[in-house]
Amino acid sequence: MAKYIVKRILLAIVTIWAVATLTFFLMNMVPGGPFLSEKAISPQATAALEAKYGLDKPMGQRYLTYMADALHGDFGDSLKQRGRTVMDIIKMKFPVSAKVGGVSVLVSLLLGIPLGCLAALKRGKTLDSIISVVATCGIAVPSFVICTVLMYFFGVKLKLLPTMGLTSLKHYVMPVMALSFYPTAYIMRLMRSSMLDVLGQDYMRTAKAKGVHGFKILFKHALRNAILPVITYVGPMLAYTVTGSFVVEKIFTIPGLGGEFIGAIQGRDYTLIMGTTIFLATLIIIMNVVVDICYKIVDPRIKLK
Amino acid sequence: MSKYLVDIQNERLSFFTPAGEVKALNDVSIHLEEGEVLGIVGESGSGKSVTAYSLMGLTAHPGKLLGGSLVFEDKHIENMTEKELRQIRGNDISIIFQDPMTSLNPVYTVGNQIMEAILLHTDKTKAQAKDRARELLELVGINEPDKRLKQYPHELSGGMRQRVMIAIALACEPKLLIADEPTTALDVTIQAQILELMMELKDKLGMAIIMITHDLGVVASMCDKIAVMYAGRIVEYGTTEDIFYRSSHMYTKGLIRSIPRLDTKEHERLVPIEGTPVDLLNPPAGCPFAPRCEACMKICLNQMPPKTEFDDVHYTNCWLIQKEEFEKGAQNE
Amino acid sequence: MNKNPLSFQLNLNPEDFLPASDEEKQSQVVMRESVSFWKDGMRRLRKNKVAMVSLVIIILVMILSFIVPSFYPYNYKDQIKGANNLKPMQYSAQELERIEAGEKVFPHIFGTDKMGRDYAIRVMMGSRISLLVGLIATGIILIIGSVYGSIAAFFGGWVDLVMMRIVDIIYTVPDILLIVLLSFALKAPLAALVNVPGFGWVKTVGENLISIFVVFALLYWVGMARMVRSQVLMLKESEYVTAARALGVSSGKIIRKHLLTNCIGTLIVTTTLQIPSSIFTESFLSFLGMGVAVPLPSLGSLASDAINGMNTNPHLLFVPAILISLIILSFNLLGDGLRDAFDPKLKN
Repeated sequence: MAKYIVKRILLAIVTIWAVATLTFFLMNMVPGGPFLSEKAISPQATAALEAKYGLDKPMGQRYLTYMADALHGDFGDSLKQRGRTVMDIIKMKFPVSAKVGGVSVLVSLLLGIPLGCLAALKRGKTLDSIISVVATCGIAVPSFVICTVLMYFFGVKLKLLPTMGLTSLKHYVMPVMALSFYPTAYIMRLMRSSMLDVLGQDYMRTAKAKGVHGFKILFKHALRNAILPVITYVGPMLAYTVTGSFVVEKIFTIPGLGGEFIGAIQGRDYTLIMGTTIFLATLIIIMNVVVDICYKIVDPRIKLK
Repeated sequence: MSKYLVDIQNERLSFFTPAGEVKALNDVSIHLEEGEVLGIVGESGSGKSVTAYSLMGLTAHPGKLLGGSLVFEDKHIENMTEKELRQIRGNDISIIFQDPMTSLNPVYTVGNQIMEAILLHTDKTKAQAKDRARELLELVGINEPDKRLKQYPHELSGGMRQRVMIAIALACEPKLLIADEPTTALDVTIQAQILELMMELKDKLGMAIIMITHDLGVVASMCDKIAVMYAGRIVEYGTTEDIFYRSSHMYTKGLIRSIPRLDTKEHERLVPIEGTPVDLLNPPAGCPFAPRCEACMKICLNQMPPKTEFDDVHYTNCWLIQKEEFEKGAQNE
Repeated sequence: MNKNPLSFQLNLNPEDFLPASDEEKQSQVVMRESVSFWKDGMRRLRKNKVAMVSLVIIILVMILSFIVPSFYPYNYKDQIKGANNLKPMQYSAQELERIEAGEKVFPHIFGTDKMGRDYAIRVMMGSRISLLVGLIATGIILIIGSVYGSIAAFFGGWVDLVMMRIVDIIYTVPDILLIVLLSFALKAPLAALVNVPGFGWVKTVGENLISIFVVFALLYWVGMARMVRSQVLMLKESEYVTAARALGVSSGKIIRKHLLTNCIGTLIVTTTLQIPSSIFTESFLSFLGMGVAVPLPSLGSLASDAINGMNTNPHLLFVPAILISLIILSFNLLGDGLRDAFDPKLKN
């Protein structure tokens, strides 16, 4: 187990390095730069700014400097938000996105898993059809549609919920609904099909033949086997959701990391792009390792190599 | 008090599939005394497993019991609630399934799965259940039981897993053990060991066994009585001697002719039964075996053969026997 | 021996006991007709009402977006003077005058947008673009993903290891980043390409749309590649492939006859399910303003444009939003139906 974790960490470092390198060169090869769009700045000022941030140096040298700094945990200053380091921005924006995202993931797990199980148990009955239809519709509606529809009905027409910001519990309702809509539907479908698969297994018949109680068959024997695909899905999904959805953050005006990232890309804020990309990649890789370890705990057949 | 431990009378059971009603069991009657071994023989789909499963109330989803009575120790299984059935399952009646590879839950240890049955049906504490589980593993011939208890099914070989299945089945000393093709998925050498073990345990514990198999060799060596099933019906029933030496149904005869024998002459071929089983969605009006029967008569195709009883035990459903009687009767008149 | 010879009395005739002929025996055998895999699958698909309804909806949407615009009285980029922000079925002042004058004016079924363009035709064109993106992108994904995945699985060893690491890396880079960077990067070369003879179409399609295809080609095949790889790996280990190999069947024939035929069901299903996901992504990109070039509409860009005027003209938002959900839903349901019909593991 320890050997496995060490191996995974080494592999993770290589992957993060590859992602960072890829991003760095792609980003720098693209024509244009962070200070081109600001027309008010004179060419001299642009040159001065570029010199200040080291953008005038050759790409290879910049790459080496950046990587060396990044190794020490220094991701540099934001090019566009003067006086702020990339770390400051991530530290400030990530908790906002993480709170909304975390609640959303929790909601989708708490709704998706039981409803998916229920549909599988009531296979072919009305309840199953209802859940399946809702789930299929759920994965068919793009998030901006959900956001705007929610906004229109609850925010504008009924005036039940606040439409901007994140200051009270009420503010969470719409973003969380919008964010958890797709994952809930997806988990329901995943859970239903994997539960159906498990219910048809021979060991379920064995459990029944032993005289095990219906509920215990479900919770002890079926759920643990059926939950595996959900774990696989939830790991990366959690990483993506806590780092913020651009659409949801834009529509509900939430000051989160998702919006910041898109802003950085559009404004060519090189250092911020690099910082957030590395942050997101690290998070995803960590989640993947966590998923693998959860897998091992849930299913003893899996050998971690 | 009935003299039988198990007494199934005229059981009828159908599966209601989207394609239509599949008549899986038609008028099946079986009885079995305490400590007796009954073999149920037949091709796949002949209804042998369904008969046994229905005795535990384990009929799979679209299946429905349509009639007949299933009595176990004077209690009517067919009228039991799910809760009453649960008390019998794993306690009075246990079952061993065909494929030990898939019949154990992969995510729990062997010990956990054996102890589950013990804890369900007895008042034993966890520690006592563990002792009992260790005892059971020894009983089924598994060495190093302490180590095995902590292992997961995928760490054991097929034969070992089937032994574990037997240990689970025997956990509460059942009065009846149903073995559903317990050796089909195993190597030939392991097969013999498992069968030997079952017979040993039967003598030790005095339980009755229903042995479901398509292997006549297995029933010949183990069973007191044999029921031959075809297309959801019992075509012949009798003691092992009756079936092997005095078989009267053409299907039984065909089965026996298709077993390889030591005294077969060189170049002599085994005789297979030609044709395929009937489609139970559209069962024929007459004897279901008629289209494959080499002695098929006109009446066989139109009318179900009546039961002919030779003695208390041995009976068959075949028009050929009726023909003999008919001709005898005609001569007498 | 016979205790009870005739258990119950029947009216029997000696003729009854005559041997039956083979024809008589055969007449009793009701065989279920044996059907091929494809025939069987199609039969099950046709029986699946939900999937068939979805198929009809997809065909209807295709007719609406590919055929109807060619004879529709309005054009998606023509701005009708004085007809800005019309409500559905409303006419502009000029049009009302023309109607008074006895002229027939085709109604604006969904009204017009703020630039006075007929919204119904824009929605139709939008769904044409969305469908095209879905279909073409899926084609690209299918080809790259299946080739990559099967190569990795077939060769195995370190080839597989390296190829799958690359997949992992692509999987980890935030896709939105690559999309934006690529669309910036591709802008100049594509703009230059417009002037090359024979590449004039690039301008009409829009550089962004081409970047989207390139992005799909570069990024979104990874899921398909993983799926194909695991399928091929599983099949490679299966006993019938080992058996075929033991019989001396050539590699090419094994791939064609065993691997391909067994993969194809899963491939069709994954492809059908990939189409809505491509449409989904395109609509998301259009929403971010990185989709098709103006004045070409896509369902995503239409919805995104309508968000600001949501309070006054909600129908401008809801029409494309509902249509896109309907298209994705239909493809999903059709894909589910195909899976149920063609996945041999789920038979029965």
